[in-house]
Amino acid sequence: MIRCVTVLAIGLGTPAAAAGDRQSGYEIMGPELRAMQDDEAANPGMLWVTEGAALWVAPEGAANRSCASCHGDAAQSMAGVAARYPAWNEAGQGPIDLTGRIGLCRTRHQGAAALARDSRALVALAAFVTRQSDGLPIAPDPDPRLAATREKGKALFETRMGQLNLACADCHDDAAGGQLAAATIPQGHPTGYPQYRLQWEGMGGLHRRFENCMSGVRAEPFGAGSPEYIALEAFLMSRAAGLPVEAPAVRP
Amino acid sequence: MARAATCAFVLALAAPAAQAQGLPDPLTDLPGDASRGRAIVLDQPRSLCVLCHAGPFPEIAFQGNIGPDLSGVGDRLTLPELRLRLVDSRRVNPDTIMPPFHSVEGLVRVGTQWKDTTILTAQEVEDVAAFLASLKGPSE
Ligand code: HEC
Ligand code: HEC
Ligand code: HEC
Repeated sequence: MIRCVTVLAIGLGTPAAAAGDRQSGYEIMGPELRAMQDDEAANPGMLWVTEGAALWVAPEGAANRSCASCHGDAAQSMAGVAARYPAWNEAGQGPIDLTGRIGLCRTRHQGAAALARDSRALVALAAFVTRQSDGLPIAPDPDPRLAATREKGKALFETRMGQLNLACADCHDDAAGGQLAAATIPQGHPTGYPQYRLQWEGMGGLHRRFENCMSGVRAEPFGAGSPEYIALEAFLMSRAAGLPVEAPAVRP
Repeated sequence: MARAATCAFVLALAAPAAQAQGLPDPLTDLPGDASRGRAIVLDQPRSLCVLCHAGPFPEIAFQGNIGPDLSGVGDRLTLPELRLRLVDSRRVNPDTIMPPFHSVEGLVRVGTQWKDTTILTAQEVEDVAAFLASLKGPSE
């Protein structure tokens, strides 16, 4: 009987995320942070977007070509692109995320040296390209070749890992809305990446967020750009389908 | 109705593990020290407890609500029951999200830094169990 009471109390403390009841991490932030994201002048992520806009038109590499020289006006050519990534990369015959795609354009089409995934320039370019999808609904690429990747991502999401023996789903499905000390657990939708995270004091990509959650459960991270993170990303984007892209997002 | 169903389900789950409801034998020769246990519980990076639990810890500004409030837990559970839940809560509830604090059984992809170590040592488990057992009466 005592155990019954305890279990019911837990049920109350952790409202589970019902299907169709999806909520961006934006919704659970305090009014100050939401205002910071909403106000372009106050949103620190705009700095990266502006830098990305400058890089977009800057000639680079052996080809001495800018992104714009091939893609033209980003507002036209890049609208909705971030909302449907990861996509299938014909050349590599595998899934690729937006950061990886931009990196390929840089090395293959511009003939420039590869940039590190977390380099300021690559994050800025990704922020600028993603900005062109601001407010558009996440619309996963229907290419059937991505299905296996999403399934792998779903399996990973549900696998318990690390010394704490927790799966992503334990927190982001079952305990979403609960308090983990000071942090309210979000549903974990990748609506706003790259994002300005206060804890980072800077802009970072989704895979950096994954690294944080994996080390939080004391698991060995897979590494930014790894097939595992691309699979998790592909699954999470399909789980978040229809939610609007926030570019740039701000999070605690 | 829903309440009754939940209770029946939970009790059914707990039944097969009945023999494992408690660990009567201390893990160490040195008896648990409740004041050391309190310090461990309140040290969030070390024990993680207050990430998920609230309790009679006025000095902790942010307490979690993923698990039950630990106030009065010494009235609800015996020392052997507390010890078992700390060592490995999966032995009470296979689906628990409370981490196994003194077991490495079945863990996957543990970070190199933590590989083959437990979150708490045997002595820390004894100290924490002694502290929890001392949490009697209503919340302060
Ligand atoms: C020489 C031409 C060229 C340059 C320069 C170039 N790209 Fe591309 N880009 C392409 C082509 C062609 C594709 C289609 C995929 C492929 O064949 O590689 C593409 C695809 C893309 C895509 C994916 C679009 C989609 O709908 O899936 C993005 C995003 C992108 N480029 C961004 C960039 C950025 C950012 C830069 C500058 C850093 C850049 N590109 C420079 C030619 C170029
Ligand atoms: C112990 C609970 C826990 C686990 C397990 C966990 N996370 Fe998280 N996650 C959090 C918390 C808490 C935050 C928000 C952090 C903050 O607000 O400071 C978060 C944030 C996120 C976000 C950011 C959402 C946004 O709005 O930008 C994503 C994405 C995410 N997690 C994915 C994952 C993935 C993938 C895994 C598994 C590899 C995982 N998490 C495992 C607790 C967890
Ligand atoms: C990741 C979250 C999490 C962490 C960290 C955690 N617990 Fe728990 N704990 C729970 C949950 C959830 C329950 C409810 C029972 C269950 O689901 O197995 C629980 C149950 C308990 C119980 C039984 C309470 C009762 O009234 O029946 C005790 C005692 C307890 N935890 C103590 C601790 C202590 C001490 C620590 C730190 C050493 C700790 N917990 C860390 C999640 C956690």
